[in-house]
Amino acid sequence: MNEKIISAENLTKKFKNLTALDAINFEVEKGNLTAIIGPDGAGKTTLIRLIAGLIVPTSGNLKVLGKNILGNEQAIQEKISYLPQKFGLYEDLSIEENMTLYADLHGVEKNLRRKRFSHLLEMTGLTPFTKRLAGKLSGGMKQKLGLACTLVRSPEILLLDEPTVGVDPLSRRELWEIVKQLVAEENLSVVVNTAYMDEAELCEKVFVMNHGKILKFGTPAEIKAVAENRCYRIKTPPNMPTRILQSILMDDKENVIDSVPEGNFVRFIGAANFNAEKFSLPVEKISERLEDGFMILLHDDEKNKNPAVANLKTLSLNEKYFISAEIDIEVKNLLKKFGEFTAVDKTSFEVHRGEVFGLLGPNGAGKTTTFRMLCGLLPLTDGFLSVAGVNLRTARTEARANIGYVAQKFSLYGNLTVEENLNFFGGAYGLSGKILSNRIAEVLQEFHLDGHEKDAAGDLPGGYKQRLSMAAALLHQPKILFLDEPTSGIDPLARRDFWRQITDLSVKGTTIIITTHFMEEAEYCDRMMIQDKGKLLTIGTPQEIRKNFGGENSTMNEIFIKIVENSRGGGK
Amino acid sequence: MNFLRRLTALVKKEFLQIIRDNSSILIGAVLPIILILLIGYGISLDVKKVPVAVVFEDFSPTAQRTLNFLNGSEYYAPQFVTSMNDAKILFHERKVDAILVVPPNFSAELLRNNAKLQLILYGGDSATATAIQGYFEGSIRQINLQNSRAGYISIENRMWFNDINLSTWYFIPGILMLIMTIVGVFLTALVMAREWERGTLESIFVTPVNILEILLSKMIPYFCIAMIGFFLCLIAAKFLYEVPMHGSFLVILLASILYLFVSLGIGLVLSAITKSQFLAAQISLIVSFMPALMLTGFIFDLRCVPDFISTIGHILPPTYYLELLKSLFLAGNNWNLIFKNCAILILYAVFFVGLALKVTRKRVE
Repeated sequence: MNEKIISAENLTKKFKNLTALDAINFEVEKGNLTAIIGPDGAGKTTLIRLIAGLIVPTSGNLKVLGKNILGNEQAIQEKISYLPQKFGLYEDLSIEENMTLYADLHGVEKNLRRKRFSHLLEMTGLTPFTKRLAGKLSGGMKQKLGLACTLVRSPEILLLDEPTVGVDPLSRRELWEIVKQLVAEENLSVVVNTAYMDEAELCEKVFVMNHGKILKFGTPAEIKAVAENRCYRIKTPPNMPTRILQSILMDDKENVIDSVPEGNFVRFIGAANFNAEKFSLPVEKISERLEDGFMILLHDDEKNKNPAVANLKTLSLNEKYFISAEIDIEVKNLLKKFGEFTAVDKTSFEVHRGEVFGLLGPNGAGKTTTFRMLCGLLPLTDGFLSVAGVNLRTARTEARANIGYVAQKFSLYGNLTVEENLNFFGGAYGLSGKILSNRIAEVLQEFHLDGHEKDAAGDLPGGYKQRLSMAAALLHQPKILFLDEPTSGIDPLARRDFWRQITDLSVKGTTIIITTHFMEEAEYCDRMMIQDKGKLLTIGTPQEIRKNFGGENSTMNEIFIKIVENSRGGGK
Repeated sequence: MNFLRRLTALVKKEFLQIIRDNSSILIGAVLPIILILLIGYGISLDVKKVPVAVVFEDFSPTAQRTLNFLNGSEYYAPQFVTSMNDAKILFHERKVDAILVVPPNFSAELLRNNAKLQLILYGGDSATATAIQGYFEGSIRQINLQNSRAGYISIENRMWFNDINLSTWYFIPGILMLIMTIVGVFLTALVMAREWERGTLESIFVTPVNILEILLSKMIPYFCIAMIGFFLCLIAAKFLYEVPMHGSFLVILLASILYLFVSLGIGLVLSAITKSQFLAAQISLIVSFMPALMLTGFIFDLRCVPDFISTIGHILPPTYYLELLKSLFLAGNNWNLIFKNCAILILYAVFFVGLALKVTRKRVE
């Protein structure tokens, strides 16, 4: 029997009128890597902070390392390490100074320290930069330094709160290698929050949480087993974007719980009473994954929720969906320099009308810069750029009338109501009177915001905010919609609704440019391009890219890492 | 031992940050110099050739001779008139800054050692008025010394339009008080709130560090910065403005250290409550800097303001510090006042530092 290092009884945490944790019971064993997975707002961060003694439970018991957390916070905090979602590095201190500070605070002996530091620096790949200020590091490096700071001494429990949010797949993998190595070397007990299924799969135990409750606790295999015999795939018919078939399946609520595009196939989870023989399409049974189990658990928990999208154009297998030959965005030799630094280096591509085009790349690849130039938010240094037939160098304002833009951060006014926000943005786009009120009524219905007109935008849940941002950007019916990391911070179910909406927009003729950190979302794109260090590495359909760089069975994540590593290795 | 090691680590970190991000040094050391130059030179305008209307109501040669000092002096530009009415007109047109009245019985009273001159000053520009008053007092004092046999003259001042009375010497203690307030409250609240905002505290919390260490590590560096400002002010006071320091230097230092603890405590309380740089800056401006400027007797003498404002002023800790400083600089060691005000400052310091310890929790909710 393994020792229990954390145990909770009826643990409840309430914030004003929100119940973040609802009488949960669990135990964590010593020496285990335990993952907590769940959508945003499930209570994951609250749970980690409770264990760290940073917030007080409303009721119930929580024991950490054999002691009740209440009244023993200090004693427990001396033995554990905690990496908050955004680790508070001192930005005007160097890497070495940050680590020294934590070593001093933890009382690490001088002679032990040198060995520990060089080991940590080597693992994190930060050795060459020890004198660099923390503020000058990239997002991934900062996160690794944060981890190094929390590990200046071997803690009895390591708490990680979404350590890889906003970190690109490469840095993500490196971080996990460090954690795994330390678990092996020092028999660390780790509790980690994550939104990534592949990370949860690396753990020994997994909690699935939703709305402050634990839906299931078990090994990854046990969670996976929830979806046993329920996973299938269908090959996409020729001349049809995979996205369309995925949406058709998604709309078939009777038979299908969840579906995702994957290369030339669409993966889906059958409903409880799904019968493969009686289904209208030829299906192939495939093995289940952790995510499938997770989606079934979530779906069952949210059964009574209303669908989030409405007014969709019905899709049919018999119709032809092809991308128009018309070019909406034309980019030739695009160049952007900030002083001596080249952020985007001679990039050329075209985007067709009604296409869904993905911009991918690790942190600092030049995605955001490219994106901003396309939207007319940033002037280009050199090259040619036309959007909806308007040259951006000569007529930026005119080009803007044709585009809608959804920023990464929620950029509507939090203390205005949904309706007031829409009125304001409509006005900003030059709409007024009857036209505006009609459009507002339309988008409210389209994005299922009706009934929330009088709610303050800031108080809406994540998924609603995201839909409101989209609604605002689409008020003036732009030809092109730009979305900057629209799906970060929204839960998997809301993400499916989001992509269903995107498919609908593209079918209706809107061109969509999107950036994302979730590589599996690249599968929804008609074409995508991968950048690194300002250079265009590859461009093509997900199928083409998969074929060129890894083969049929690799995940998009693996392919992405391979492409970036190839280019970086080749550059040496 | 562990306590000291952790505290040293945190203090070292704080100093590194102060050096790298020099805005703290700007506020702590450069601002006092700017303030002192600005307030010092900006207000004590060196007044020369003061236009003054002289009303002779006594036409005797004695009176004429007595006022001879006005002629050929670089300080005065006299305009002799014969009636108060003429003088008033000049005064209202701002053609003269002062009226000197030689009363009809001047010569007679002079023989009885009881001669009086009346000086009317334009109080709207109080700094200038004070300077002019000083000139006249100086001149008359000299006359009295020279003709001790001829009879004694006294000068009676009237300030029109404004009853308050300011001078550079009065400002120096005020500037000291302001520096202590800005560094202690404003700067400390800001840097502490920055730690809340950037999440650095959340990371620091889950280590063996305790609240006392965290607070001390903020107080020590900013105490040093405020002391730098303090000594800069003292040096400027002594060598630039030659402000007298009648009281004991050690008592001035002690009082300043006490007041500094009060303001550091307030700053830490504000940051723990607001946890945001913007709010901390706004609130410390409103609750500490502005009242310190307006309600402590720095600009408006608390004896001349309505009772309720005076009451508010007497709730504020800087009032007691300023009162003590003024007395120490300009009057000397008044031990009753020293004991009373130091005791009040100690109480405030204990209260605010204690409150800071109480409201700063290792919590993120």
